[in-house]
Amino acid sequence: MVYAGEHLLPGQIGHFFVLLSLVASLVAAFAYYKTVRSQNTGERKGWLKLARLSFFTDCFSVFTIFFMLVYMMFNHMFEYKYVWQHSSLSLEPKYILSAIWEGQEGSTLLWTIWHCVLGLIFIAREKKWEAPVMSVVSFAQFFLATMIVGIYIFDVKIGSNPFVLLRESGVFDNAPAMHLDFDLTKAIRPDYLTMVTDGNDLNPLLQNYWMVIHPPFLFLGFASTIIPFAFAMAGLWTKDIGGWIKRAIPWTLFSIAILGLGIMMGAKWAYESLNFGGYWAWDPVENASLVPWMIMVSGLHTMIIYKNTGYSLRSTYIFLALSFIFIVYSTFLTKSGVLGESSVHAFADIGMNGQLFLFMIVFVWLTPFMAATTDKQRITIAAVTAALSLATYFLAEVIPGFPLYVIIAGVITYIVLMNRQVPAVKKEESASSREFWMFIGSLVFFLSAMIIIVQTSLPVFNKLFDINTAPGENSEFKYNQIQVLVAIIVGVLTAISQYFRYKHTPKEYLLKKLALPTFISAIIATFILVVVKINFDKHGIGFLINIWIALVAAVYAVVANAMYMFGSLKGNMKNSGGSIAHLGFGLLLVGILLSSGKKEVLSINTSGIPVNFGPDSKEVTGENLTLVRGLPMKMGPYKVTYVGDSAHPKKQQTYFKIDFNSEKESFTLEPNAFINYKGNMEMMANPDAKHYWDHDVFTYVSALQNPTKIADTTKFEMNTKAVGDTIYYSKGYMILEKLVGKDNLPVAGFAKTDTGYTASVKVQQMNGSSYQSDLLMIRGAGRKLFQSEDTVFSQNLVLTLNDIKNGNAEIGVKESADITPWLTLKAYKFPYINLLWLGVILTVIGSLIAMWKRIEVSRLKNV
Amino acid sequence: MKKIHIILLILVAASIAVLVSFLQTTTTYDTVDTAKSKPGKFVHLMAKWDKSEPLLYDAIKNPNYLEFTAVDSLGQKIPVVYHNPKPENFELSEKLVMKGKYEDGKFMCQNIQTKCPSKYKDQDPSKHPGNIEKKETSYTLPEKVGGQIATAK
Repeated sequence: MVYAGEHLLPGQIGHFFVLLSLVASLVAAFAYYKTVRSQNTGERKGWLKLARLSFFTDCFSVFTIFFMLVYMMFNHMFEYKYVWQHSSLSLEPKYILSAIWEGQEGSTLLWTIWHCVLGLIFIAREKKWEAPVMSVVSFAQFFLATMIVGIYIFDVKIGSNPFVLLRESGVFDNAPAMHLDFDLTKAIRPDYLTMVTDGNDLNPLLQNYWMVIHPPFLFLGFASTIIPFAFAMAGLWTKDIGGWIKRAIPWTLFSIAILGLGIMMGAKWAYESLNFGGYWAWDPVENASLVPWMIMVSGLHTMIIYKNTGYSLRSTYIFLALSFIFIVYSTFLTKSGVLGESSVHAFADIGMNGQLFLFMIVFVWLTPFMAATTDKQRITIAAVTAALSLATYFLAEVIPGFPLYVIIAGVITYIVLMNRQVPAVKKEESASSREFWMFIGSLVFFLSAMIIIVQTSLPVFNKLFDINTAPGENSEFKYNQIQVLVAIIVGVLTAISQYFRYKHTPKEYLLKKLALPTFISAIIATFILVVVKINFDKHGIGFLINIWIALVAAVYAVVANAMYMFGSLKGNMKNSGGSIAHLGFGLLLVGILLSSGKKEVLSINTSGIPVNFGPDSKEVTGENLTLVRGLPMKMGPYKVTYVGDSAHPKKQQTYFKIDFNSEKESFTLEPNAFINYKGNMEMMANPDAKHYWDHDVFTYVSALQNPTKIADTTKFEMNTKAVGDTIYYSKGYMILEKLVGKDNLPVAGFAKTDTGYTASVKVQQMNGSSYQSDLLMIRGAGRKLFQSEDTVFSQNLVLTLNDIKNGNAEIGVKESADITPWLTLKAYKFPYINLLWLGVILTVIGSLIAMWKRIEVSRLKNV
Repeated sequence: MKKIHIILLILVAASIAVLVSFLQTTTTYDTVDTAKSKPGKFVHLMAKWDKSEPLLYDAIKNPNYLEFTAVDSLGQKIPVVYHNPKPENFELSEKLVMKGKYEDGKFMCQNIQTKCPSKYKDQDPSKHPGNIEKKETSYTLPEKVGGQIATAK
């Protein structure tokens, strides 16, 4: 059958390149593998040529797939499910890219694109390590390509194809209108596209510039973790056990900088545009990407130890392997749907659980495969991997915990085989050496990551062991409680480690060098604790004291690194990468501790409400405050007024104008909300914040009047009054001040004989403000032609001039809560949040400077 | 034994101790009946909003008081009190994860997580918030409020 209006070519091209990338990446992985194994140069050259050609083909395919998706989105080809699902006619062009990586397929594609870019750079730069490293990268590319291939093998769906047609996607299965004769059993109507007039659109919460830039950075970070991993694998495989470290350090620094930046961009996004009131919630999705980063940081430090002293090589192998394995695990967590109950922003299950898990099994077992020394071992491991993968498929639900055992077995096998190959230094590190303390720091960081991931994995344990556990009452506190201790240790080690020398440090030298930074830190920390003060006692004095100590440690890290940079390194920027990164990390800790420890809810609801709480309300205070329009309310140091609102010209988005006034300052915030977006009767709020150098005032709308539910049933109560008379209402009284009648109205549409009457009423709130209200009524030929209603919102009053009898005015008064425009706000004050962002920036810049320095040094050596 | 091994052992032991103590603070996912059976105990109640029962929320009176009835998959109902406005996506959600305690005949809720029908799953397009069968939707708020602004004093 021919369907009218379909463009089939782009999809066919797209899917062809999906298949091509799948084949090309597998060929590349195999050819690179053979390159490493080849004994003679001629054979080696042949395989290398094929490998490169295949990898270039893979890259070309991936870029073409991406281009086709952009093209289809740009031209609104809603015959494709992906386009229909993630975009719409009204979607602004700048969000086309966001729409692509909103879905699982697009985010996987983004990951493979970065693998390609990094791979191409790697081929250009790292001649010696190209074959083994790229073999691993191409193998990963193969697995990622299977995620978007969308084919069936024996009824098992492999991957999800972004080029699937809407009519073939199953979306129409329950839509009779799309079928011939409105019969679901019959074929799709040939003219179905005429009814698909618009797409589903990008989730409005994701229509945000952070959604344009955060995913590319995060996925570049994700993709970059494979390089250090592949280096470690290459080291074991080619038996050049330590030779790769120097080449791998700059790549590791890059990975740390970019992955860290990507994670913190997500935090900034959450802080700026989502309204859970913070930048970090220990959500599983956040933790899942933080953990590999932390392990990678540990790995970097052990690499540096090895480079300078020869210690810690085994730990390096463990850290770098685990870092990538946890990247794969985080993909599993976010994409498999296992986090359904516990995360706010994980993807839902699209039936790829098995495939995602297979990805993990294979890469876990790839590590012992690479660490094996003989072909016999390799074959055994490959066979075991295949057997265990199959066994997991059948036994996962029979033997509780089976998949976990498969993973642990793989890691243990790796460690055993790796230990056989990698020598350990017999001589003990001196406690007065830099390497000793660096190692302790790396270890603490690593263990802290392990604790986080176990806490995060509760839903996985539920699935594995068929148990029913949920996070505890204060799930965030459970993380903070432990991590504050980690911050203390890591903070102090960050401060002092650089003052140690490798091998051995004379005590006098150390004390002399550390005395001044310690002294200055003590003064600054004391100043902060005494003057700025942290009084976060929600979780008891013990936790508060820990926060205080952690703050001292963090300040110590900042001061000691700043002084090291200007003292020992004489301010030489190029050599100061490490110090800058550590200083930034210290600032980050200070920012976390101060902003969280001193976060204030401004919108505390104590007394401000104009009406009493209902009799059955136990409520004393709450964190939300209702503002009636035009009526200033007290909120912290501010008088806050809901002034009005304005609608976005194109979207169902309303901006609410909120004035903040205090003795010192006045400013206006405009939090906004999507209302009834796509007719779904919901409000989706976006916050707004006023930024000062030392704090932010942050607010969002937490509840709104439902406009469709305003049913004004109250009737006007009529009062016939002469000028000067008083009418009482529940909160005060009003006086009829003036009553004027006038002929010859200068308004079109009225005859000369028509008379207009105006009544001026002064509304006086009991011991409060007064309001002026002018009411108009026009009468002609004994009939009422026009009658105005005037609303005094802050008093819940509606007034009207109903009639004039013998010079007396009949004034209608209506009191109703429903007429009042109101909104409910939540507002916070975040102090010192900028320290946190500054800390992130410095950490990233420091890491990149260090990377640059290392690249330059190795370039000079090679010349 | 090297110093570093001793420290390693201590740190690993400490981590395990931390995790064991963490596991003891975990709670459970519950239905209405099982939540009722442990009054005063913190649980995760899995249920959905029963739209047939009245929902009480008056932001003018008290923006921090929401009361509604939740019904679980077994059909058991329970009144829920939540000291916050309606959470986002409350109306759309097909499931609510409510953290709190059962006290005095009511579920005193501290936190609600809404679970929406996933936009990544294939579903009946007629129920899709988007269209296919293009629905005429009107957005009354901007005009209405705009009109009120014009006449407001």
